[in-house]
Amino acid sequence: MANRSPAAPKRDPRPGPVMEFVHRQRRGAELFLLILSLAVGLGAYASVGLGTEGHIPTNMYVYGGWLTALILAAHVTIRYRAAYADPILLPIVAALNGLGVAMIHRIDIARQINNPDVRAFATSQLIWMTLGVLLFIAVLVLLRDHRRLQAFTYTAGFGAVVLLLLPLLPGIGKNINGARIWIHLGPLSFQPGEIAKLLLVVAFAGYLVLYRDSLALAGRRVLFIDLPRGRDLGPILAMWLISLGILVFQNDLGSSLLFFGMFLVMLYVATERPGWLVVGGALFAVGAYFGYLTAGHVQQRVEYWLDPFGHPDDATQIINGLYGMAWGGLTGRGLGLGSPEKTPYSYSDFILPSFGEELGLTGVVAIILLYALLVERALRTALICRDNFGKLIATGLGVVFALQVFVVVGGVTKLIPLTGLTTPFLSQGGSSLVANWVIIALLLRISDQARRPPPEFSEAPDDLPGFADDATQVVKLR
Amino acid sequence: MSELTLGLIRFGYLALLWLFVLAAISVIRTDMFGARAAREASQAQERRAAKAAGKAKTKPVKTRRGDPTHVAVLDGTSRGLTVDLAGAPLLIGRGSDAAIRLDDDYVSTRHARIAQSGDQWYVEDLGSTNGTYIGPSRITQATAISLGTQIRIGKTIMELRK
Repeated sequence: MANRSPAAPKRDPRPGPVMEFVHRQRRGAELFLLILSLAVGLGAYASVGLGTEGHIPTNMYVYGGWLTALILAAHVTIRYRAAYADPILLPIVAALNGLGVAMIHRIDIARQINNPDVRAFATSQLIWMTLGVLLFIAVLVLLRDHRRLQAFTYTAGFGAVVLLLLPLLPGIGKNINGARIWIHLGPLSFQPGEIAKLLLVVAFAGYLVLYRDSLALAGRRVLFIDLPRGRDLGPILAMWLISLGILVFQNDLGSSLLFFGMFLVMLYVATERPGWLVVGGALFAVGAYFGYLTAGHVQQRVEYWLDPFGHPDDATQIINGLYGMAWGGLTGRGLGLGSPEKTPYSYSDFILPSFGEELGLTGVVAIILLYALLVERALRTALICRDNFGKLIATGLGVVFALQVFVVVGGVTKLIPLTGLTTPFLSQGGSSLVANWVIIALLLRISDQARRPPPEFSEAPDDLPGFADDATQVVKLR
Repeated sequence: MSELTLGLIRFGYLALLWLFVLAAISVIRTDMFGARAAREASQAQERRAAKAAGKAKTKPVKTRRGDPTHVAVLDGTSRGLTVDLAGAPLLIGRGSDAAIRLDDDYVSTRHARIAQSGDQWYVEDLGSTNGTYIGPSRITQATAISLGTQIRIGKTIMELRK
């Protein structure tokens, strides 16, 4: 992160208007994109109705009004609380969320044809989305400066470890589909790992801001790569053990990979040393092999990955997903006209093959491109952010999305072994949706701080927008 | 519903999805170029301001009695150093381009800045590693300071003096 290039021009200490890259607010552009994203979400919903029932769904106005109200509430909050925030993040998220609800609704219709009594997932998904947007607004209103989170470095780390351990407790933890990552409190079930993801990013960022110098500078040089010192290996070993613990005790390959990968990338970004990637990669290889040898769950997954058609009775999920995508072809069957419900969990883990079946490769590439833009905006925020803590958080959150989408898409397309992770904003599942909305709020808060022009000094006081609005709190002392 | 209508809906929807993706990309594009335009505009503004300043040069800003004139370092390795405020805005840091250069391990290369706006003096942290403190609190925004307000940076304490 530090600018080590000797050729870098020496900057004028005064951030005059010539030297600064002035960002505009772009709220109008955000509104324009939001209208398009609503058209994408509601268009999918209407198209599902047309495809399955031959007419636009009867509750179109209720659903459309609800979705529009949620998105507008988020937009107005940004206008008032984070006027300089990135204009592309919210529309992307709104479009993905709308697409997800439409597809879940589509699969609900198919499930209810077989059995009219099954619960409609789309309704609960919409309720979770409402909760997510409310938390999104709460974060933007209550958290005025992301640097305040730095005070909670160790609290966040501790909280994350507790949340990760919760599903292992006998009373509330529950095994679902082989993975022990759920907790049940009365009628509510929750995946605490999704919240832990966010807390871990905050904890890593706070820790690395403090110790990155010692992690970056000391070390031995072996074959063009600076290897870190033995005594600095503590944190990476601790994280490795935690990831391995998740893999062994909770049978959750996906989260294990996600947490360790995120930590490794943040470590690399903070120290600029590829040596950490070498050490981490070696540790990961050892851990993965150990997991493969000990956990039967993992062996099974690898077998289904290498040869799904050799296990037609057990690997139905992968096989059906692959056939579905093949049937969808280049432009898909059309929304509501395929049969994605034949794949188990086609509304959550396998929602991407469902899109592949009904929207084809063209649609899936658009969706993956949307994720790429989301990650790009997060990394862009990290680049322009002025403080190291914000840089690291934005990088970490961007990497979380990138890794999660890679693991899910790679899993369902048989590029890597299948692991149970949710597709952000698309999959049915409340914990994931709510946690991801909070992550987006945090990214917007950081990007607002990063893009907001610094108050200009040494000019007439009446053209000082910086002091007039709430960006600058003038602290009176004495 | 006929095959044709369904086909039209299918392709229409894919077109809409891609329209959204391309619109998002074009907003990213204008975000970059828009920033440059804003910079050029502000350069033009600055030229205008410089012209206006040329006219107004005849009557310099009067320093009133009671206004701070220099910064004094009270404690730390550079104790006793005083720097005139006439060169404001003053950069504080360990770097060679800093107006108030502190030889303190806890100070960043470009640590903080003291600047004036109207009659009021402000101190602003420039994203330093160890922070800038006024009293017990670490400042996160440009913060107003007056005569005798102690600013702590690393092991160094400084204040505005008459």
